[in-house]
Amino acid sequence: MSRRLRQVRYVVGENPVTLAAFSLFLAIVVLALAGPWIAPFDPLLSDTSRALQPPSRRHWFGTDQIGRDVLSRILVATRLDLAIALSAVAISFGLGSLAGACAGFFGGWTDRIVTRVTDTIMAFPLFVLAMAIVAALGNTLANIVIATAIINLPFYARMARAEANVRREMGFVEAARLAGNGQVGVLARHVFPNCLPPMMVQASLNLGWAILNAASLSFIGLGVRPPTPEWGIMVADGAAFIVSGEWWIALFPGLALMLAVFCFNLLGDGLRDLIDPRRRT
Amino acid sequence: MTFAKLAGRRLALALPGLVGVVVVTFLLNRALPGDPAAFFAGPAATPQAIAEIRIKLGLDRSLPQQFILYVRDLARGDLGKSLTTGQSVRADLLARLPASLELTLCSLALALAVALPLGILAATRPGSWVDHAARVVTTAGVSLPIFFTGLLLVYVFYYLLGWAPAPLGRLDAFTSPPPPVIGFYLVDSALAGDGVAFRASLHQLVLPAVTLGLFAMAPIARMTRAAMLGVLASDFVRTARAAGLAPRTVLFTYALRNALLPVVTLLGMVFSFLLGANVLVEKVFAWPGVGSYALEALIASDYAPVQGFVLTMASLYVLLNLAIDILYGLIDARVRIEG
Repeated sequence: MSRRLRQVRYVVGENPVTLAAFSLFLAIVVLALAGPWIAPFDPLLSDTSRALQPPSRRHWFGTDQIGRDVLSRILVATRLDLAIALSAVAISFGLGSLAGACAGFFGGWTDRIVTRVTDTIMAFPLFVLAMAIVAALGNTLANIVIATAIINLPFYARMARAEANVRREMGFVEAARLAGNGQVGVLARHVFPNCLPPMMVQASLNLGWAILNAASLSFIGLGVRPPTPEWGIMVADGAAFIVSGEWWIALFPGLALMLAVFCFNLLGDGLRDLIDPRRRT
Repeated sequence: MTFAKLAGRRLALALPGLVGVVVVTFLLNRALPGDPAAFFAGPAATPQAIAEIRIKLGLDRSLPQQFILYVRDLARGDLGKSLTTGQSVRADLLARLPASLELTLCSLALALAVALPLGILAATRPGSWVDHAARVVTTAGVSLPIFFTGLLLVYVFYYLLGWAPAPLGRLDAFTSPPPPVIGFYLVDSALAGDGVAFRASLHQLVLPAVTLGLFAMAPIARMTRAAMLGVLASDFVRTARAAGLAPRTVLFTYALRNALLPVVTLLGMVFSFLLGANVLVEKVFAWPGVGSYALEALIASDYAPVQGFVLTMASLYVLLNLAIDILYGLIDARVRIEG
């Protein structure tokens, strides 16, 4: 364990950016958990006498068109944005790695079906497919998660397939087979766990993309309904006021979104350094 | 292998993709919430009228039969009718597609024009300020929400500086559009010799094209840099240098041509992002393209246009990938020989 810790310390010490990203990630998680309690105002409380106020000591990030506090809304929205992205990535990670590992390990029909499905998904421009899925299944939050999960699925499936395929004929797998394990047992206990580390990196990089994607869908009016605070919808709210100079309504939620995505991307790079030293940049 | 044979073979490979797209759009269409017949009949319809519409739409038949009907309609170019505009979806899409394509192609050209030199410079001078600039551009490009970049640009260049026109479509209210030839305002106005319309449409185009271009620039610059670094460290480049070839010849004739291969492959992914991001940029800049058309329809629960849009974008994407494959064959002689 202490060796592991030393390795973590070495990699983090080598790359202060990773440390910064990790601290930022912790901050985001804390905000997601504690957001509603630290928010200075009720995120839904409107006060038209205080509408469209620029940032001030009372409202650090200003107020929106119906007088809601922008800072409070951003803080409260953290949990929702993170939850959407996490659940979407969890679904595509689970399903994708399972399907991909089976395809790579068993080959034959399983492989053909999985490859065909992932190829079909990839035949669409992914954001357009997400729009189509939400349009077809209905404009709800759950369907945003499903759509985001589906368009991420091919990346995990392909990666897991390649990893399982490489390991299928390796010595330790042969040994596990000779020791009397069944096909499913070999896959579940020996091949699959070994495919996971590179997939974790993918998941971390993907999280940023999933947040971006979900926020983009709500920016165009899908999924999250007003007045629910969510970063994408808040930027959409502020978009109408940009041309008249009220920049703070769109800027701050946009910055929050950007920081979160940035953080996950850096974290993914750092995680890759930790797990796969060969690809260190 | 001849070029025509190569192209034919790639086309055959693209077909399963197209079939998949048609099947998925059909299934998505049938998974619609509620009864499409009741929806088309309107709220005041009698049960009898709904039943008639159901027969007219073919909804009373089995799923495979419906699929055959669907494919037959598609083959005739019939994408249904938009309830909001009252026009056929095909006419609407055809009228709006040039706007989207003009925007996408301009932004792609812009991205390539900046990202390729940036990537090459960064690879030939690792650790220099160009390299750092490239890293900043690539990291920011993948982290910035595209709608947010667009709004920032509008705020700075329209509201603060007043350099850009209001983000309200392809032309300002005082300029009349040029006579349509291919639908690209820049090309049409140039053909008509209409300098006023050319300048006006260029003005309107700059900000949305830069927004989309910034987004596409990141992966291209990143890949160019990485591929160039790899190629420059390879044996054949060392040999070419040792043989005394001019640095320029080594860099552009030998290294760049090989480094371009992964970049061309990446273009497929870039197009996937661009076609999706187009929707967001069109919303921010009130650009009258197919994306904003689909959005208006989506918000009004008008499904035929959305479906037509998805089908158009997906087919376009399959065709673009086909073009990229063929381009790949042109650049890489090995693909042609091995087949």
